[in-house]
Amino acid sequence: MLSYFLRRLILVLPVAFGVSVVCFALVQIAPGDPLTAIMPVDATAEQQAAMRAAYGLDKPVPVQYLIWISNLLQGEMGRSIASGRPVADEVFGAVGNSLLLAAAAAVIAFPIGTFLGFLAGYFRDTLLDRAVTALSITGVSVPNYWLGIVLVIIFSVNLGWLPSMGAGPGGSQDWQWDWAHMRHLVLPAVTLAVVPIGIVARTVRALAGDILSMDFVTALYAKGLSRGDVLRHVARNAAATALSVMGLQLGYLLGGSILIETVFNWPGSGFLLSNAIFQRDLPLLQGTILVLAMFFVGMNLIVDVAQAAIDPRIKRS
Amino acid sequence: MTPLLQIDHLNVRFKGARNVHAINDLSLTLMPGETLALLGESGSGKSVTLKTLLRLLPEKRTDLTGDITFDGTDIMTLSGRSLRAYRGGDVSMVFQDPGLALDPVYTVGQQIAETVMRHKGISRADAMEVALDMLHRVRIPSAERRLRNYPHELSGGMRQRVMIALALACRPRLLLADEPTTALDATVQIQILLLMRELQREFGMGVIFVTHDIGVAVEISERIAVMYAGQIVEEGSTHDIIRDPRHPYTRGLLAANLHDVERGARLDAIPGAPPSLETRPDSCPFAPRCAFALPACRTALPPVATPGPRRRVACLRADEPLEIAHA
Repeated sequence: MLSYFLRRLILVLPVAFGVSVVCFALVQIAPGDPLTAIMPVDATAEQQAAMRAAYGLDKPVPVQYLIWISNLLQGEMGRSIASGRPVADEVFGAVGNSLLLAAAAAVIAFPIGTFLGFLAGYFRDTLLDRAVTALSITGVSVPNYWLGIVLVIIFSVNLGWLPSMGAGPGGSQDWQWDWAHMRHLVLPAVTLAVVPIGIVARTVRALAGDILSMDFVTALYAKGLSRGDVLRHVARNAAATALSVMGLQLGYLLGGSILIETVFNWPGSGFLLSNAIFQRDLPLLQGTILVLAMFFVGMNLIVDVAQAAIDPRIKRS
Repeated sequence: MTPLLQIDHLNVRFKGARNVHAINDLSLTLMPGETLALLGESGSGKSVTLKTLLRLLPEKRTDLTGDITFDGTDIMTLSGRSLRAYRGGDVSMVFQDPGLALDPVYTVGQQIAETVMRHKGISRADAMEVALDMLHRVRIPSAERRLRNYPHELSGGMRQRVMIALALACRPRLLLADEPTTALDATVQIQILLLMRELQREFGMGVIFVTHDIGVAVEISERIAVMYAGQIVEEGSTHDIIRDPRHPYTRGLLAANLHDVERGARLDAIPGAPPSLETRPDSCPFAPRCAFALPACRTALPPVATPGPRRRVACLRADEPLEIAHA
């Protein structure tokens, strides 16, 4: 198990290198000069050159990459061009908020999706199965930013039960575990949970249906086990695949909530990313993409190791 | 002596888009410690019979009538705890493909121990001791290590040994074996067959051994029941069935055997295919394929002749000396 973990960990290195190159290159490819956004329109050529040199933008691209990566390895992600604050502070503050939102959505989505999917798989081809399937297809297909706006209209505008914007009262950035803050989490988390509910439900339905029709389930009943015992076996068989789907969903929730964060003004990484793009804030953009990508890589690592811990057939291959 | 198992007029019909009359008026008696081979081709209802004995057929889609009595207990009305005690405790089953019948994510030790714990109510450690003992009994080398193996880490023959160990762990009085050697290599088949014969003697249990291979049936059994279209068409001691087959289908099966066939000689296959059983047979189901069929065979079910004690043949011409014409 440990050797599998170490081997898998070593595999992360080339992936991380690739991710860093892509992050850096993406921003280089993007059109537009970052300096135009922050320099006065009437800045002289000397002033522009000085600014360019200050940010190291006058050097060849490979050298820029080496400087960037060596700073990165020392924990230095540079300063935001727009705000002048350290990129690390901005990114990790925002990623923390995104993580909170993603985790809340996952806590809502995974149990509900698993439960619905299992019901549908167990009672396959019944009315219940068709209802769950219809619900999950709807969940996956409805544009979630639209759903978010609808929820805001119902629960914030019409009923006035929940706030529609921000991560705390009065635009507060500092999260606290009290009701005043948690109220702000409800609508975005529920909106964000709809897609993974559908995906997890469909996955678990297929898994449960397949496993229940396998010969070994008959064999388990034949040796005198109760329905509960058999379902425990089924769950263990389904766990590896279900977990990997959930892990990847968590990754998507973290990086893919740009629209939801924009709709709800949630101060997360997606929100930060869209601002960085509009302001051509290169260091911030690179830093945010890199951190999100590395979270995804880390998530994959955790999923793989967890899968191998649950399913003995994986370690061999 | 009271029979270990008695099946009386069993009928199994699967409901659905199309109905299938899988078992039609099947009666069978098994004495304690007896080994019976249930012989027949695919779709003749052998496996369905075994699954019915353990009540493993999906209740909602199955119509069951008839009586099954195991050691004086009515099996058809068992439910809940008593059904679970019966399954795996009194009667257990070895499946055709051990690669599919074992749970892939539990070790073989866990799977055997789980059964023992449920039936005997003993601790996990004691159950593991039983599992280890069982692996020794089915002659698995380095059993201590194998106990912690997962099914995919074992060869097909080893897996079937594990399956047998699992089935015998609670010392059942009846073992149901559903073509346990069909999915294995020829050399391994013989090993498993010999092992099962040995263990049957050691444990003294009754065995119903389902097979389509008459050679295997002869090797393992004292008695043979030949199934066709969900019915038993001929039953008797293995010796009588081999020496004096009365039903044309049994003769066809014996003739289709490859042993002692001269190279280049034409094989005597039974022409045609079994009926689809969408309707319940009301005449001899074998008549369309039978070289000796009379007009009467196609209008009514054949009478059951009893040429000897515990010997029966469902054929109108059971008492005539018939000779298969060689082409």
